[in-house]
Amino acid sequence: MKLDTTGMESAAPVWGSHNELVDGFSVAPSFELPNTTDFDGFQKEAIQMVKPAKGTTTLAFIFKEGVMVAADSRASMGGYISSQSVKKIIEINPYMLGTMAGGAADCQFWHRNLGTKCRLHELANKCRISVTGASKLLANILYSYRGMGLSVGTMIAGWDETGPGLYYVDNEGGRLKGMRFSVGSGSPYAYGVLDNGYRYDMSVEEAAELARRAIYHATFRDGASGGVASVYYVGPNGWKKLSGDDVGELHYRYYPVMPSTVEQEMFEVTGA
Amino acid sequence: MARYDRAITVFSPDGHLFQVEYALEAVRKGNAAVGVRGTDIVVLGVEKKSAVKLQDSRSVRKIVSLDDHIALACAGLKADARVLINRARIECQSHRLTVEDPVTVEYITRYIAGLQQKYTQSGGVRPFGLSTLIVGFDPYTGVPSLYQTDPSGTFSAWKANATGRNSNSMREFLEKNYKETSGHETIKLAIRALLEVVESGGKNIEVATITKEHGLRQLEESEIDAIVAEIEAEKAAAEAAKKALAAPKET
Repeated sequence: MKLDTTGMESAAPVWGSHNELVDGFSVAPSFELPNTTDFDGFQKEAIQMVKPAKGTTTLAFIFKEGVMVAADSRASMGGYISSQSVKKIIEINPYMLGTMAGGAADCQFWHRNLGTKCRLHELANKCRISVTGASKLLANILYSYRGMGLSVGTMIAGWDETGPGLYYVDNEGGRLKGMRFSVGSGSPYAYGVLDNGYRYDMSVEEAAELARRAIYHATFRDGASGGVASVYYVGPNGWKKLSGDDVGELHYRYYPVMPSTVEQEMFEVTGA
Repeated sequence: MARYDRAITVFSPDGHLFQVEYALEAVRKGNAAVGVRGTDIVVLGVEKKSAVKLQDSRSVRKIVSLDDHIALACAGLKADARVLINRARIECQSHRLTVEDPVTVEYITRYIAGLQQKYTQSGGVRPFGLSTLIVGFDPYTGVPSLYQTDPSGTFSAWKANATGRNSNSMREFLEKNYKETSGHETIKLAIRALLEVVESGGKNIEVATITKEHGLRQLEESEIDAIVAEIEAEKAAAEAAKKALAAPKET
């Protein structure tokens, strides 16, 4: 399969491949079709095999001071917990973050590729790329690989000239602009806490606490989420990691064990 | 020397690409074009050949828009210009589609210059025989810009520049008389530069302005005539003042 290397190609393509009308638009990647009688069925099966289950919890929201981004850190392979310390918040560049949900390799590779493209944009145009532009670049790439089994459910959060920006981009090529998103198997639980506690004018500490709680509650109920709840803040000067707390410890912080009165005491019987 | 000027892809022993230099000659034979950048406006002026009687002058627009906020004027082969302009227009829209933002003037100039350069390094083609003056305002910062490209594919930003026929005299005039202007004063400066090399009159000049609020606006012939009259009056007043200063010395 031909990978998308438009970010790394030189500016002048080979002369022969010039096409008047297509000029300015990149050619979609393609690969040879396998020999099957029913290609559509084959494609569906291939996608099912990879099954974008997206066992994770990630969330991001815009508030008065900027963007808050949080995620858990568990990677699961079916019922097996393969890692409790996966970095699901990817640093694209000093002022933009991406979250990982779905296939870890897909998310990591395409976010790095996006970082390359953003840097090339900066060098060519002497100004930073906007969050709108960066999310659109990623969405266009994912759209061109539609149906080929990529599994990516990501949020691009950043701060540009127009202020804070948050976009949700997925492997179908969909791209949504919004104020609050949560992605992954634990997202329903996170949404419950997030939507309940959200106010636009929160301070950074309040917003961080809200994000942390939402991740904790998702990890409490969802088996595919757990590990460490990382919270990042994106402000006018770029992103900053605020905290990374083990969710087990967060549990006792939110629901501490109260000493209770013992109803029946057991004591040693001396003698018979 | 004759052996090194046939193919574009062959350097001469003293480092010239003759085809590119001949393209620059074609530009020097093209109609005069001038561009002047002000603080809130950029003005383009082009020499119009005297009205050919049966031609519908509206179909011969020498100053064109590439997008809502960018305009282009050129000197040289007009057919080549059409091709370049179409490609630039597509690129403007493609940029809007992929990054959801309008192009900056520098970006589209870089694209056009890149296109012109491509045709100086390929087999079986000739360079575009035109130099362009690209003007506009950057989308968010609102900074006005004037850029020039030439057949070799180089480009640079200018406060004021001229290309085409007699461009050297126009450039000399601009160097002597340029100062930071805005609005009406910028238009007058551009027309004064053109009048150095063109017979005066609204019939022989095409002028367009680009502003942040109103985009590209072509000036009517009557408006141009009015400004030309203003310039002539100022010139006459200056002459009279000089004569008045000189008079007392005569006895």
